[in-house]
Amino acid sequence: MIHIRLEPRLSTPRWVSWASPVVSIILALMVGAVLIAAQGASPIEAYAAMYRGALGSGFGFAETLVKAIPLMLAGLGVAIAFRMQLWNIGAEGQLWMGAWAAAGVGLFLYAAIPMPPWLAILLMMLASMLAGGLWGAIPGALKAYLNVNEILTSLMLNSVAIFWVLYFVDILWRDPGGLGFPNTAPLDKAIWLPKLGALLFFLPPTHRVHLGLAFGIIAAAFMWYALSKMQWGYEVRVIGLNKRAAGFAGMPIARNIVLVMFLSGALAGLAGMSEVAGVAHRLQRGLSPGYGFTAIIIAWLAKLNPFAIILVSILFGGLLVAGEQIQMTMGLPASISLILQGLILFFVLAGDVLSQYRIRFR
Amino acid sequence: MNTRSIWKIAALLLIVALFLVACQAQQPAEQPPAEEKPIKAAWVYVGPIGDGGWTYAHDQGRLYVEKNVPNVETAYIESVPEGADAERVIRDFAQKGYDVIFTTSFGYMDATETVAAEFPDTVFIHVSGYKKNDTNFDNLFGRMYQMKYLTGMAAAMRSETGKIGYVAPFPIPEVIRHINAAALGARSVNPNAEVQVVWINTWFDPPVEREAAETLLAAGNDVIITGADTPGPVQAASEAGKWGLAYDSDNACDNAGDGCIGVPHWNWGPSYAKIIEEVRAGTFKPSAPWPGVADGIVDFKFGPAATDEIKEAVNTKKQEMIDGKFDPFAGPIYAQSGCLGVPEGKAMTDGELLSMKWFVQGVIGEIPDAEPPCQ
Repeated sequence: MIHIRLEPRLSTPRWVSWASPVVSIILALMVGAVLIAAQGASPIEAYAAMYRGALGSGFGFAETLVKAIPLMLAGLGVAIAFRMQLWNIGAEGQLWMGAWAAAGVGLFLYAAIPMPPWLAILLMMLASMLAGGLWGAIPGALKAYLNVNEILTSLMLNSVAIFWVLYFVDILWRDPGGLGFPNTAPLDKAIWLPKLGALLFFLPPTHRVHLGLAFGIIAAAFMWYALSKMQWGYEVRVIGLNKRAAGFAGMPIARNIVLVMFLSGALAGLAGMSEVAGVAHRLQRGLSPGYGFTAIIIAWLAKLNPFAIILVSILFGGLLVAGEQIQMTMGLPASISLILQGLILFFVLAGDVLSQYRIRFR
Repeated sequence: MNTRSIWKIAALLLIVALFLVACQAQQPAEQPPAEEKPIKAAWVYVGPIGDGGWTYAHDQGRLYVEKNVPNVETAYIESVPEGADAERVIRDFAQKGYDVIFTTSFGYMDATETVAAEFPDTVFIHVSGYKKNDTNFDNLFGRMYQMKYLTGMAAAMRSETGKIGYVAPFPIPEVIRHINAAALGARSVNPNAEVQVVWINTWFDPPVEREAAETLLAAGNDVIITGADTPGPVQAASEAGKWGLAYDSDNACDNAGDGCIGVPHWNWGPSYAKIIEEVRAGTFKPSAPWPGVADGIVDFKFGPAATDEIKEAVNTKKQEMIDGKFDPFAGPIYAQSGCLGVPEGKAMTDGELLSMKWFVQGVIGEIPDAEPPCQ
C-alpha cells in the first residue's frame, strides 16, 4: 500500500511561492475549458468573450470596476479582522446593516432636515460605518469578554441582519408609489454618490463608476499605513500571532478585539452604503448577491495585503461580469464564472499547501 | 504582508491578460454575408430557463421566435437579479446592437425605463409592468386572471375541505388580481370556499416556494395554487396526497406529481413574433397591449388529477370567455370585509384591474396598505 504523506518543507523555494498563484489560475482556466467544451462550445472563444466583455472594452471594464467596489471594501473589512486571526464571516450582514442605515439617513433624515447634499452623503457614510461597525462589534465583544467563537456568532448574525433589513424593505419603508413591490422609494438624485465621469478618462463618458472606488483605494491606503507603520498595527499582528505573549507585553487584548471587529464591520457597512448611494439608489431585495462572502475569498487570495485586495476584487468583479458575457454572446450558462471562481480558490489553496509541504510517497 | 505577494498577484493578472489577448488574436475576423441584416432580439430572464415555469415559458416564446420569424437572431441571459445588475445587462444588450430587448420580470421596470431613454433606436418591451413611453418602451402582459378564475373553479371542485392555499409572490396588483380571480372562481362552484394567502416576497426561490406550500397544507388547505415561478408547491401537495395547480408553462404538471389538477399557462411566442415583425417593418408603437384568452396568449391545460367534471366545467367557462360572454370581474363583487365593491351591472375597468389593491370576499390574507373600494 502506498502511503501519501505531507512533509513540511524546510524552506520554500522562491520560485514555488511565485509560481503557485500563476499555475493555479492557469489550471483553473484549463479545468474550466473542459467544462466549456463539454457544453459543446469552444473554450478559446468563450474565454475571449469573457475577456472582451469584462476587461477588453471600456464599458465592460467600467462595469467590472462597479462590481469590484463593494468587493474591495468588504474584502478590506474582513482582511483587517483576519490579520488578528479573528474570523469575521459576518461581512454580508454588516454590509446589509450599513446599507440600511445609509438608506434611512438618505430617505428620511435628508427629507426631514434641510442640509446640503454633501453633508447628507457624509452622514450616510458615517451612519453606515456605525451600523456595520456595531454589528461587527457584537461578535467582537462576545469573543473578547466571554470567549464566544466569533465564526459562529458573526455567521449567524448575517441572517438576523438580512431579515431585519428585509422587514424594512418589505413593510416599513416600502415605496408608497411602488404599487406594493418591495423597494424603498429612490433616493433624491442630489445625494447619489457622484460618478467619477471624466476623471476616469479611459472609460466611456457614460460609465457608472462612482466615488465608492475612491473609498476603496483610500481605505486600502489607510489600512496599509495603520498595519505596517503604526504601533497599533504591530499590536494587532502580535495579538493575532500569540495572544498570551501580547498579554504579557501589556497590550490591551479585549479592547483591540472589539475595535478590530468594529473597523471590519464599518468597512463592510461602507460597502453597503456605496451600493445604495452609488448603484441601486434605493434599498431593495437582492442589493448584495453575497458580496460579503465573496469578500472572504478575495481577502484570502490576496493574502490579506490591502493593495492586492484591490487587484483581486477587480479580477473577481471581472469574473462576474464576464459570466454574463458568455451567456449573452454564446448561450453558455453564466454560472461558469462562479465555477471558475471556485476553481481558482481551490487551486490557490492547494498551491499554498504545496509550497509549504512536499508530498512523499512511501 | 510582504511585497512579494503584490508582485505575485500583479504577475498573475498580467499572465491571464496576455493569455486571453493571445486567444483573442486568433479569432478570425468573420464577416457575415452582406444580405439583409437579421433582426436581433434579446431576452433578460429573472430565473433559470429550466425553472419549469415562468422563465421556461418565456424561453419557449424565444424558441418560437427562432422557429417562426425569418432572418432573426436571438440571445438571452438568465437569473439576472432585479435591480442594479439588470440595468447593466439591459444596457449591454443595447450596446451590442440588439433591436428588441424583452425584460421579463416586474422588478426590471425602472432599469428598462432608464436604458430605454439612452437608446432611442432600440425597442424595449417590459413584461408585467405599467410604465411605457411614446416611442421605444412598452409593457406587455396578458389577462392571466381569466385563467386564474378557471384555476379557482378547478381547485374548489377538487377540494374536500373547501380550503385552498395560494403561494403568492408579492403584494402587487398583478398578483392580487390573480388571487382575487381564483377566489371568485372558487366561490362560483362552492360559495363557502376560502383562499388562504402566504406572501413569499420572491418570484423564484424553490425552497421558499415549497415551504410556503407545506405551511398552507399544514393549516388544513387541501389544494395549493401557486403564483410563483416553479411547480415546487404542487410537488409538495402531491407528496402530501393533496392537490395543486401550477403556473406559467404548459409542461408544469409534468413533474409535479399525481396531484396536479392543471396549469394556467402563458403562450408568449406569437406576441413576441408580432412585436419583432413590427419593429422590423418600422411600424412599432407602444400601446401597452393586454391580450387575453381569445388571443391565445393565456390558456389552461389539465393535469393528471383533473376529473371529467372539472374538465367540462372549466372548458365551458373558458369558451364563454373566448366568446366574450363572461368577465370574471363583472359585479356583483364583494370585498373582503363583506361590503359591495363592484355593484351588479358594472364591471371593473382595465385601469382598476391594473391597480387593484384589495381582496375579494373569501380571501384570507392581508395586503399591506390595502385600498378597499368600500368600507
